[in-house]
Amino acid sequence: MQAATLDSRRMPTVPALARILPGGGLQSGSSYAVRNSCTLAMALLAGPSATGAWCCVIGVPDFSAEAAQGLGINLERLILIPDPGSQWLSVTAALVDVVSVVLVRAPDHLAPSEWARLKARLRQRGAALITLGAWKQSDSTLGVAESAWEGLGAGTGHLRTRRMKITATQPSGRLRHAYVGLDDLQGTTDSTGFGDHSASRSFDSVGPVAAAVAATDRSATSLFEPRLMKSS
Amino acid sequence: MPTVPATTVATRTMLFWCPDWPVTAALREHALPADTALVLVDRGEVFACSPAARQDGVRRGLRIREAQARSAGLVSLAYDSSLDERAFEPVIAAVETIMPGVQVIRPGLCAIRVKGPSRYYGSEEGAAGVVIDTLAAIGLTDVRIGIADGPFAAEQAARATDQLDDDDAPLVVIPSGGSPWFLSSYPLEVLDQPKLTVLLRRLGIRSLGDFAALRASDVRNRFGLEGAIAHRQASGLDHHDVVARTPPPHLDAVADFEPPLVRIDQLAFTMRAHAGAFIGALREAGLVCTAVHVALHTESGEVSERRWQHPRWFDADDVVDRVRWQLQGTNASDHGLTSGITRVHLVPDVVEDLADHADGLWGTGPDESIHHGLARVQGMLGHGAVLTAVIAGGRLLADRRVLIPWGDAPTGSDRVSRQTSVKERNQPWPGRLPGPAPATVFAERRAAAVVDSRGNPVDVDRRGLLSADPAFFSAASDDERRPVHSWAGPWPISERWWDPAGRVLHRFQLVDRSGSAWLLLLEDHAWWVEAGYD
Repeated sequence: MQAATLDSRRMPTVPALARILPGGGLQSGSSYAVRNSCTLAMALLAGPSATGAWCCVIGVPDFSAEAAQGLGINLERLILIPDPGSQWLSVTAALVDVVSVVLVRAPDHLAPSEWARLKARLRQRGAALITLGAWKQSDSTLGVAESAWEGLGAGTGHLRTRRMKITATQPSGRLRHAYVGLDDLQGTTDSTGFGDHSASRSFDSVGPVAAAVAATDRSATSLFEPRLMKSS
Repeated sequence: MPTVPATTVATRTMLFWCPDWPVTAALREHALPADTALVLVDRGEVFACSPAARQDGVRRGLRIREAQARSAGLVSLAYDSSLDERAFEPVIAAVETIMPGVQVIRPGLCAIRVKGPSRYYGSEEGAAGVVIDTLAAIGLTDVRIGIADGPFAAEQAARATDQLDDDDAPLVVIPSGGSPWFLSSYPLEVLDQPKLTVLLRRLGIRSLGDFAALRASDVRNRFGLEGAIAHRQASGLDHHDVVARTPPPHLDAVADFEPPLVRIDQLAFTMRAHAGAFIGALREAGLVCTAVHVALHTESGEVSERRWQHPRWFDADDVVDRVRWQLQGTNASDHGLTSGITRVHLVPDVVEDLADHADGLWGTGPDESIHHGLARVQGMLGHGAVLTAVIAGGRLLADRRVLIPWGDAPTGSDRVSRQTSVKERNQPWPGRLPGPAPATVFAERRAAAVVDSRGNPVDVDRRGLLSADPAFFSAASDDERRPVHSWAGPWPISERWWDPAGRVLHRFQLVDRSGSAWLLLLEDHAWWVEAGYD
């Protein structure tokens, strides 16, 4: 896989995700698969959307506009196509032409030649494709490995915050992870998102966001072990 | 100091008046019989009433409750000033076909310079007769005509037709030069200048004749310009001239099909040329159309009408697409036409100046290409397949998500409804969900199951008490049982308790051992998954 060499190919990305994504952020012309979390996919859209990019969601009728707005996606620049039917490929290709980020439900089957054409179009137009669901052909796969909710007890309270361990595969096959809270995924505009060289430094340790979490307990798995919380 | 134009002879004017025009327009619009007791209501008060309502004692300015008390079978409609103008347009058009130079003073009242028509039709009475006949032909029977020197005197003459016998033509002609004499007996109130009227009364002047007898220069010195104009009106020397309107360009397009077309692709193909001509005519007038009204007439007399908006402006292909979508519809209730299309009527609903929409030298940026791309997808999938989302008010998450087809305004005019939607969203909505919004809101409800530690289904009784703590749940019918890690509920949602169709639901939040959270609903002892926090 040819890596992007120019920093200008990087799109504004939520800082918490920029750290673990290959190339230090969402790259135009690349494709990403999000395994099991719609929230994570929305967070990927939030960065470009907060800077005025148009986004499109194809084939996801369950997409929650309210959660999207909560994560900082501009609804006025968000297009929803809940049911592309049998024309998945032509609709996706048409939208790759005009919008910056396209979020799609991973297709059941896509012929390699069709994928190559779509990929070429992505490169040419400088758009990013995010698929919901595992998809081997994507450049990078993200997923929520662990998740813990706070605020809910045994019949008391309500969901308040969530902490997640997010993993991302690199093109080399190496896995990176970060511990983030729900607030870290909000699309506050990262002004240094374009051309930030320091962001592309090697980041295998935890970042400032996760440092606070991880510093208390380096063996993070025990921290994320779900346990019954007292209603405190 | 401004001067009053020193014309010594007022323009000979024919004025035709349709009494109670707002009522007539509303009766015609809603196809009500002419003897309906109808009132038009503006801000809770009667704005206009039909003769039948007036006979029952309804008057302008009454509160609507009072009017309903006086007249049993009263029909009340909201007053719509744009309807007055819209309904009057065919009347003006009909008169313009027989005599040019019509000035619309207000809907229901028109002035015409009578010199030309009287020569053409032989006499002033003859010209008036032609107007009456023409308007009767389009179904307007109650028309009054006054002919006098100047619009003011002519209006008083038209109103004086009340005193004629029923079998006479509703026409009063004041001979040339007779206006001062005709007006002299009128009270000062017809000048419609309350301050001046009160002052003149206190000076002992009670009629227009008394007022006109004063010297013009004295009136001017004492009452200024306003007084001088009123004095000229009272003297029958109206300074107003008849200013004919320029008929607006005809921008509608009508396409008739003989034999009727039964296939959409036939229609789309034939409409291409008509749509091109329609848009071409707009271009020539220097206009672009941002909303178009499409009416489809069928052989059996059905009409399918719809207003289509456009995010930018219509070109010919867009118009053809709208006609096609209107026929295809999203469901049968959209058109429900049963026979072939005989006529397509395109009316430009909102037109704007072309200069306001001109492309910049280097194009108008990315939004233009967005629009083209989305229009292409709409062409592939249909109008309702490309959506934008707006958050509205509501308790259930699915109610809060409102999807609007690309290019349509969010129900009603843009800015107003956007504000009301924000206002509605910020209402308290008891029972709405606290905390972060779930990322997946299921478009169609999915059945779920929740059981306690012994495997019995969990339920909520009528007092809102839980039968047992939930221990396991499955978020889909074919899903495995997940152990409940933490939970909260039941949170009652009582929707429209005053309505028999209202619902009572209980909402639960559940987190399973893997750390994913779910939002479940319990209604009528059945569990549903509302949303997932994935």
